[in-house]
Amino acid sequence: MLASKLLFKCLEEEGVELIFGYPGGALLPIYDAMIDSKIKHILVRNEQAAPHYANGYARETGKVGVCMATSGPGATNLITGIASAYLDSIPIVAITGQVNRDLIGTDAFQEADIFGATLPFVKHSYLVKDPKDIPRVVKEAFYIASTGRPGPVLIDIPRDVQLENLKHIPHIDKLNIPGYKPTYEGHTGQIKRVLRKIKQSKRPMIYAGGGVVLSGAREELVRLAEAMQAPVVTSFMGIGAFPQDHPLYAGIWGSHGYPETDQIVKMADMALCVGARMSNRGTSTAVLNEKEMIHIDIDPAEIGKNVNDTNIPVVGDAKIVLGEILDHDIQKADPAWMETVHEIVAERDQHRDDDLDPNLGGVNPRNFFRWLSDTVPEDTTLVADVGLNQIWAALHFQIRNDRKYLTSGGLGTMGYAIPAASGVCFGSREHPKTVIAVCGDGSFQMAMGELGVIAEHQLPLKLVVMNNGKLGMVRQQQHDNYGAKHHYSGTDINFNVPFVELAEVYGFKAYRATTDEAARQAMTEALKQPGPTLVECTVDPDFIRF
Amino acid sequence: METKHCLSLIVENKFGVLTRISALFARRGYNIDSLTVGMTEDEEISRITMVVTADDQTLEQIKKQLNKLINVIKVTELKKEESIARELVFIKVKADGRTRSNIVEISNLFRAHVIDVSKDSLILQITGGPQKIKAFMNMIEPYGIIEFVRSGITGLQRGHH
Repeated sequence: MLASKLLFKCLEEEGVELIFGYPGGALLPIYDAMIDSKIKHILVRNEQAAPHYANGYARETGKVGVCMATSGPGATNLITGIASAYLDSIPIVAITGQVNRDLIGTDAFQEADIFGATLPFVKHSYLVKDPKDIPRVVKEAFYIASTGRPGPVLIDIPRDVQLENLKHIPHIDKLNIPGYKPTYEGHTGQIKRVLRKIKQSKRPMIYAGGGVVLSGAREELVRLAEAMQAPVVTSFMGIGAFPQDHPLYAGIWGSHGYPETDQIVKMADMALCVGARMSNRGTSTAVLNEKEMIHIDIDPAEIGKNVNDTNIPVVGDAKIVLGEILDHDIQKADPAWMETVHEIVAERDQHRDDDLDPNLGGVNPRNFFRWLSDTVPEDTTLVADVGLNQIWAALHFQIRNDRKYLTSGGLGTMGYAIPAASGVCFGSREHPKTVIAVCGDGSFQMAMGELGVIAEHQLPLKLVVMNNGKLGMVRQQQHDNYGAKHHYSGTDINFNVPFVELAEVYGFKAYRATTDEAARQAMTEALKQPGPTLVECTVDPDFIRF
Repeated sequence: METKHCLSLIVENKFGVLTRISALFARRGYNIDSLTVGMTEDEEISRITMVVTADDQTLEQIKKQLNKLINVIKVTELKKEESIARELVFIKVKADGRTRSNIVEISNLFRAHVIDVSKDSLILQITGGPQKIKAFMNMIEPYGIIEFVRSGITGLQRGHH
């Protein structure tokens, strides 16, 4: 059997249905073999988008997303997407073509050391030098990507390896990876210490991260929070870990959450952190170092990495460990603590629009996302790009029930939303649902080539562009750091793209809105359409608050 | 406080394993003092011995991050009281008819060996722990060390593990 055909046989065995790829010279044998495969190929328009499609697909389906690119520039174009998946612990497998084995190291045409270039941000990687290794490598790659703490795995395959003919195909029954044994169950002694710490605590809080979403532990987290009567705050990646309409929900913590959430966190005497990696954007290590702390994570290296004094580390899967805690009697906190939290939250909600200048024109993004949240179904997936649009959507669109909020949380990769939301559409194509991609005019232009894919496949994607003619979040930081207007530097987008006309060229139904009322009408129309739509909302450039 | 620690790694003998380890140290800013790699009784397994300078928290992270690498099977800290650790050093020292016998005499005291002789220099070989090597180098230095090479520390745990 031809090695390239064997590759597809192995991918089919792993349940792969779709590959987001872009062909090239070093992938010719693989693309030729793909003709006879059941796996469907989605031709992306730039390799940079391919890992984001796989990322959105993986986050929607819970399966491993697969992307593919040729050697050299194709492979290097994948790098940002691989790094994005690494920082957000998203299971993807990236397959790259490589030059012939005898050309490796010669600076041959389209040769790049993608194995070396991606080393710092892959969970694992392979350079397949022997075609007999293909079955083992593929099996290991999917296993490693999807188990333990998920992440991206790279498989680099030289062209002449793809072309070898194998007389004997090795059969892999069982994997043997001696250095990879993820821990799922919490240590019994540690669980007891957790229970004791909860009991001792007067003002406990829960901080939930992306690990809760990845392990599907929402229900367990709700039960634990209710048993403890503790407020729950999340990181950006933790949005969806806890229903945002729940009375115990206290907001997103970190640099882009509400100050009131920070206030609640500071008042707590104990933090039970689960599936969160204590990033500088989502956490204050100084605040956490002052508290009693329980840290539950499947990756032992995350415990003690950023916060020095973790009192009780528990290594294990969020769903399993929370389940183990719930098997015991859990101490309820004094009701006075939650009353205090509710007072702070109520005060916040009463005054949360006080910082707005009434003279601002255009669409008010807060009103828009609050209305959208009240309007769309309870299983909507909203994919936010990076920038002001991301924070508006996170703070004003409520994630509850089966809704999902996806974003590039760790790397903050602009150009994420369009391909990732398309990946969500591909992943849900058998049971179509409402999928919304939110961009700014900056991030939209980073990925707008992918409109061709959306049009080609008539994806039911609802694109929203918050157009303020600026790189809004950088501009906001310039405003807050340097004050006066003349300190804005390089953040004007001086050519205003006619987004509606552009989308219409691709056959989208497209709408332009310059007022709240028009935005609601446009979106109402868009949501009725079976195919792709775009709604452009004109936003005042001085609307820089979240 | 930063101190030296000796780590013994059992790794899969696979493409790129050393690159992964050195890249990890570079990326996370860990200090590596020495590193030796060699075969083991199992041809699919290699042993890496490394000396790192780190405080307790960083050392903990180094061990965890190393363990996270798929090709790393086991990380053990070789503590002084529970293990043996040695280093091999070759020293090329100036030696003529007048000084040669003195150098040989010092070498004998340290159980070092003369492994090459030329008309104006000697190459000495010494094996031992850091203290012994330091003491020997101090004694030899006045004669004029031309160059030397150190293998880096390698070690094993005592008893059955």
